[in-house]
Amino acid sequence: MLSFFLRRLLIAIPTIFLISIFVFGLQKLLPGDPLLVLAGEERDPAVLEFLREKYRLNDPIPVQYMTWAGNALRGDLGISLRTNQPVTELIAQKLPVTLQLAMMSLIFAVVIGVPAGILSAYRKGTMVDWVANVVALSGLSIPNFWLGIMLILLVSVKWQLLPASGYVPPGEDLWLSIKTMLMPAFVLGTALAATLMRHTRSAMLGVLTSDYVRTARAKGLSERKVVLKHAFRNALTPIVTMTALLFGELVAGAVLTEQIFTIPGFGKLVVDAVFNRDYAVVQGIVLVTAVGFIVMNLLADMAYVLLNPRLREA
Amino acid sequence: MLSDLTWTNLALVQVSQKEIALLHKDANDVLMALGDFRLRFRGQDACVIDGVDLSVARGEVLCIVGESGCGKSVTAMALMGLLPSGSAEISSGTLRFDGETVDLTRDRLSSERRGGAMAMIFQEPMTSLNPAFRIGDQIAESVLQHRGGSKEQARDRTLEMLRRVGLPSPEARLRQFPHQLSGGQRQRVMIAMALANDPKLLIADEPTTALDVTIQAQILELIRDLQRERGTGTILITHDLGVVAEIADTVAVMYGGQMVERGPVAQIFDDPQHPYTIGLMESVPRLSGERARLTTIEGSVPSIDKMPEGCRFRTRCAFAVAACAERPALRDVTPGHAAACHFVPLEQHLRVAV
Ligand SMILES: Nc1ncnc2c1ncn2[C@@H]1O[C@H](COP(=O)(O)OP(=O)(O)O)[C@@H](O)[C@H]1O
Ligand code: SF4
Ligand SMILES: [Mg+2]
Repeated sequence: MLSFFLRRLLIAIPTIFLISIFVFGLQKLLPGDPLLVLAGEERDPAVLEFLREKYRLNDPIPVQYMTWAGNALRGDLGISLRTNQPVTELIAQKLPVTLQLAMMSLIFAVVIGVPAGILSAYRKGTMVDWVANVVALSGLSIPNFWLGIMLILLVSVKWQLLPASGYVPPGEDLWLSIKTMLMPAFVLGTALAATLMRHTRSAMLGVLTSDYVRTARAKGLSERKVVLKHAFRNALTPIVTMTALLFGELVAGAVLTEQIFTIPGFGKLVVDAVFNRDYAVVQGIVLVTAVGFIVMNLLADMAYVLLNPRLREA
Repeated sequence: MLSDLTWTNLALVQVSQKEIALLHKDANDVLMALGDFRLRFRGQDACVIDGVDLSVARGEVLCIVGESGCGKSVTAMALMGLLPSGSAEISSGTLRFDGETVDLTRDRLSSERRGGAMAMIFQEPMTSLNPAFRIGDQIAESVLQHRGGSKEQARDRTLEMLRRVGLPSPEARLRQFPHQLSGGQRQRVMIAMALANDPKLLIADEPTTALDVTIQAQILELIRDLQRERGTGTILITHDLGVVAEIADTVAVMYGGQMVERGPVAQIFDDPQHPYTIGLMESVPRLSGERARLTTIEGSVPSIDKMPEGCRFRTRCAFAVAACAERPALRDVTPGHAAACHFVPLEQHLRVAV
């Protein structure tokens, strides 16, 4: 088992290397000279040349890459051309906000999606299954921005139950922090709940007709135990894997929702950086996101092994 | 040993005494009776099971034989209440089991009985254990469900059963997962699980079909020993007429979802009445040991939508006449021995023919 994890880790290293080349290379191919942003209206060739020298843009590209990658490894992702803050610092400020949003969305997704999937598989072909599927499909088709705006209008403006926007760090006021993020998390979570429900349903359908579920019934166990213990335990692997991968997607997909609810998170950072051509920040964000994806993938693989006695005991 | 001659003789003597007892069984001795069971699966025109009656006395071993697809497993599942409620439509059937009467059209065996007083061993040992849980926990779960008590008591009982079914190093087995066991070992675990709550009726549905030939005899011997030891009423579904001859008290022969013949084992072997039974007997080595012709019955079982009206065997029966479009009733040949064919009893007809 340990060797399996080591192997997975070893595969992750070249993956990250390739991604870093890609991120760096893309940067070089993009139109627009970042220096023009920095220099502003100043088009004096001497100034530009000075800046070029300062940011070492005259070095051969492989050297530039080595410098950039070496710094990144040490946690230095450069300086924002716009705000002059270190990129690492910017990300470290914004990431926790988005992680909180992602966590809360995921809780929504799991709490709604998994039971709904179990129920619709267990009641396959009945009204319950049909309703669950229709609701899931609607959940997938309703755009997040529409749902978000509707919620703000209804819950915040009309009923004045929850704050419409903003962010409160959990360290400051935990309850208010959760309350503020409830709606965006719901908006983001419901769309995922639909995906998770479909995955749970198909995983459960696969195991509900298995011989060992029949054996569980033959023992005289209650249906609750048959379904939630004997069947669900075996459907868990694909569900957990899926959830881990969804989490990565959540972080990336939070952009729009953060805009709607004006949450100063990762998503806002991305949008601002792109609009401002703040390339160092964009680069840093893409790299951190990609590594995050790889880590989640790794966790998904580990969960897969840990949940399978056959692999675990090998 | 199975092949030991003196043992066989002794067993035959025992069996015939038991047979006499079984012939005179009064209502109190009947452990399980299934009456007029009819079932179709959703979307099918004809009944998969078309009016089957079965009964097992306390301590009796009933063997159900018949080609595959004739409804043996479905009947067993119906007894256990394991049929999928969505697709199985039961139009008639009453189950009396150990004092409880269940109208199968509306109900199924109570879950207190299922796995307790009535237990089942399946045909698929490789897939019948849950791959995610330890062997010991899976058996103990059943013990706790029916006997209650503490986890330690359940564990002790589990260990005792694993020992009894002859698994080597049972303590270590408790903590193993199904994939660490061979097919034969897994079937032993299933047997331990089924017998852990001392069932009054054990249903074994082709328990050795999926196993290596070398293991088959061991597993059957185990089931037979445990059955004798505890006097468990048993329904054994099998293709193997050699096995039937070894352990059955009574035999029920099924064809196309109908009971075509039933009776004490000796009579079924020595004096089969139904043409299908006769065909089956000819397709295996005879009891006496000398190998008879290995003829098989021509053709195959029609699919359910091609089942003929009347006697379902008539598409393959050598004796079929026009009258066979009428369904023959199950008629007594001798007390306790009945067959469903218009020409029963055979001897009478043969004599007339001569
Ligand atoms: N769940 C099911 N849905 C539809 N048909 C079924 C189902 N289970 C069994 N059957 C059909 O019922 C018939 C009897 O099957 P079965 O009892 O398994 O036969 P066997 O005598 O070999 O055990 C077969 O034709 C089979 O195809
Ligand atoms: S009733 Fe007719 S078709 Fe059926 S077994 Fe008897 S002779 Fe054959
Ligand atoms: Mg079968």
